Amino acid sequence: MKLSLGPLQYFWPRDRTLAFYRAAARWPVDIVYLGETVCSKRRELRLQDWLALAAELAAAGKEVVLSSLALIEAESELGALQRQVGNGRFRIEANDMSAVQLCREHGVPFVGGPTLNVYNHRALALLIEDGLQRWVAGVEQGRVLLEELRDALQADGGRMPELEVFAWGRLPLAYSARCFTARALDLPKDECGFRCIEHPDGLPLATREGEPFLTLNGIQVQGSEVVDMAPERDSLSALGVDILRLSPQGEDMAGVVERFRGMLTASLAPPAAGARNGYWHGEPGKAGLPLAP
Amino acid sequence: MTAAMALPSLHGGTMRERPMQLVCPAGNLPALQAAIDAGADAVYAGFRDQTNARAFPGLNFDEDELRRGIGYAHARGRKVYLALNTYPDSARLAHWHAAVDHAAELGADAIIAAEMAVLDHAARRHPALARHLSVQGSATSAAALRHAHERFGISRAVLPRVLSIQQVERLCASAPVPLEVFAFGSLCIMVEGRCQLSSYVTGVSPNRHGVCSPARFVRWQEHADHSRTVRLNGMLVDRFADREPAGYPTVCKGRYDVSGEVFHALEEPTSLNTLELLPRLAAAGVAALKIEGRQRGVAYVKAVTKTWRAALDHHRAAAERWQVSADWQQALSAHAEGQQTTLGPYHRAWH
Repeated sequence: MKLSLGPLQYFWPRDRTLAFYRAAARWPVDIVYLGETVCSKRRELRLQDWLALAAELAAAGKEVVLSSLALIEAESELGALQRQVGNGRFRIEANDMSAVQLCREHGVPFVGGPTLNVYNHRALALLIEDGLQRWVAGVEQGRVLLEELRDALQADGGRMPELEVFAWGRLPLAYSARCFTARALDLPKDECGFRCIEHPDGLPLATREGEPFLTLNGIQVQGSEVVDMAPERDSLSALGVDILRLSPQGEDMAGVVERFRGMLTASLAPPAAGARNGYWHGEPGKAGLPLAP
Repeated sequence: MTAAMALPSLHGGTMRERPMQLVCPAGNLPALQAAIDAGADAVYAGFRDQTNARAFPGLNFDEDELRRGIGYAHARGRKVYLALNTYPDSARLAHWHAAVDHAAELGADAIIAAEMAVLDHAARRHPALARHLSVQGSATSAAALRHAHERFGISRAVLPRVLSIQQVERLCASAPVPLEVFAFGSLCIMVEGRCQLSSYVTGVSPNRHGVCSPARFVRWQEHADHSRTVRLNGMLVDRFADREPAGYPTVCKGRYDVSGEVFHALEEPTSLNTLELLPRLAAAGVAALKIEGRQRGVAYVKAVTKTWRAALDHHRAAAERWQVSADWQQALSAHAEGQQTTLGPYHRAWH
């Protein structure tokens, strides 16, 4: 299995972002996804900055993919997506059907991102016709669903594309037109002051009993816990997963990458260093909640 | 490419030939009949299983009821759309395909679907059965709509409740197919088809199972001081003081603690109401207005349909003199969640 660094879901200052990826050039990851996937107002780095970083990382031997915005609302965002798709060098991770269509119209192959809503083999086969070469499964797609999908695709004479699975980080759960960070700070979205930048791992939300529950990240909602799929190494491998996605977090990402690299060749899968991903086991996504009330 | 068709432009401003259609919810046969009687141009309904996004106990139609409902609507010159808008996994895909076949056999006027394999099956097997892209399909741009149009020959799309009125207007001008927008009803704060909050807590999701925060996971508890707590699969969603109004505990409508402050961190219990935008939606060339609420009773369907019918008819008769009537707003507010309404995403300040 290969390791990928997923797109940075949070909003970090420019210097921090550049330093992060320059360090990542030396980490033992095979693939790096670059670009803003959550909010088009986050512009510490512009497309040309991302492309310059992409060139540096490619020169360091990384496969680089440009990730697209998950929710397209404004025509300006569609224009930015056009420029991203037309970059002429790097592959695109298509995170909504707008990006799929633009790749299709440009005749360029793409990686199908986790927000595309692929739940069965026929949908995947249709996207392969559109140019999909790799599929990053969504958060709800657990082991059994993926197994059944793979078997059905093969029974139809299809071939599984490269399969990538979210393996480390907070699960992205929902997207909205509303910015929840701005709302929590009592700011209008159009005058948000880019305050996400103050929350490098998102803004924690707890129940009224103080139980950690969700994480607010601009227009995106994530789970509260960092999930760790390393203990599932053997079932991931048996399923034919090609790539494990590590989602960047504020602290010690180098250590996270090292641990995953080490566990790939260790004799035994490691004990958990994060939360169990309930979705993988066909349970509620949040660890420890029962299957039935 | 399957069955893609060139459609005449509907974007002629106030000179449009076709008036906006009123599309109303039918959770069961009495609601369907009430909607038709109150002036719906079309109703949307679902089978009694997980093939649609309102798979609630006691709701929806068996074959006989649907046959009667379609007969009732067609006898009065109205249409019935079948919602088949959930996302089947491979193991269950054949069941969704069968549901599409069934919809065609029963004479539905269109299916409303989101999932590519469902749309593809419908386009190949039943090219004459109209295909509407469901709100669950999360198509928010002209490019995304082109995909569904070119690949599956959709003839209409329902927009997710995320775009501002200006964005809706621009999309009407660039979309390859006529658009349907939500006009009234409960408001999903998240992009439809892109929300996993329910399955994060219960394992059951709108996409996969057609239901959000299902009732069997909900536990109300009354305390000695008459306050009430409500939990979803054990997670505290909210606590209400004595006599404080309490709504249904979907994850997005709870009160939570963010940085020491407790509030509706995601969304208040409130309903979308776009009545005052009716002239702009009409001028933009919106093809149809959709009323949410298949889970609501006959009284809701009847009152809300009647009100929107009156508003649309007044607008059609004399667009230049049209204004929102206080009676209409009162009638709609009475049926809104928490008796509150909002322009929601259509209004930029809401974001």
